[in-house]
Amino acid sequence: MRISVQEPAFDLGAETASFAAGHRDMGAIVTFTGIVRDLPDDPLQAMEIEHYPGMTEAALREIAQDAMTRWSLGDALVIHRFGRLVPGEMIMMVATASRHRKDAFEAAEYLMDYLKSRAPFWKREITAKSTDWVAARAEDEDALKWW
Amino acid sequence: MDVLYFAWVRERIGIPREVVETTAATVADLVAELRVREDRYEAAFVDLTALRVAVDQKLTDFDAPLKGVREVAFFPPMTGG
Repeated sequence: MRISVQEPAFDLGAETASFAAGHRDMGAIVTFTGIVRDLPDDPLQAMEIEHYPGMTEAALREIAQDAMTRWSLGDALVIHRFGRLVPGEMIMMVATASRHRKDAFEAAEYLMDYLKSRAPFWKREITAKSTDWVAARAEDEDALKWW
Repeated sequence: MDVLYFAWVRERIGIPREVVETTAATVADLVAELRVREDRYEAAFVDLTALRVAVDQKLTDFDAPLKGVREVAFFPPMTGG
């Protein structure tokens, strides 16, 4: 299991290849990548991501550990960036490895649902017109009840 | 103890962290002490339903006790991913 909270960009292909290597008994690797999305009406100049150093790593590790316990996973990876990003840049990725695909798919979705609402990151959208903190969505909180 | 603020809570209060001398028994008691200090604290803490709290870097609630605690952080609901 690896958790990385970092400012620099990551290489999705290299991270995925490195994660997949060395898991000969794992038949399934699932990855999810989150990307900075432009806004349709008011073009986004940048997204700034703030986090809580120390707690962020611990919270992600706990969420990943929960996923490892709950599903039959061979490994899990979470990379999440902070700082100033522009549209099209990758914000974060998760990867899960399991013997069969169901565990890897479900665990990846669980990781995403939990890290959205339980890992201490805050996004701010900067456009020519305004700078606004992104509000948490009720659907994201509701998603946790499903698990 | 160290008190930390993030995102718009940090912006309203104007600083990212400070050392607060307090005998507050719970997080809610600490919030009550801070609110009466200055308007900027009142502005940040006016609606506790819009806030989350971590005690020693663990998410908790406003009833959490502060005995032996080193660090309390206030912030809006998280928006990672």
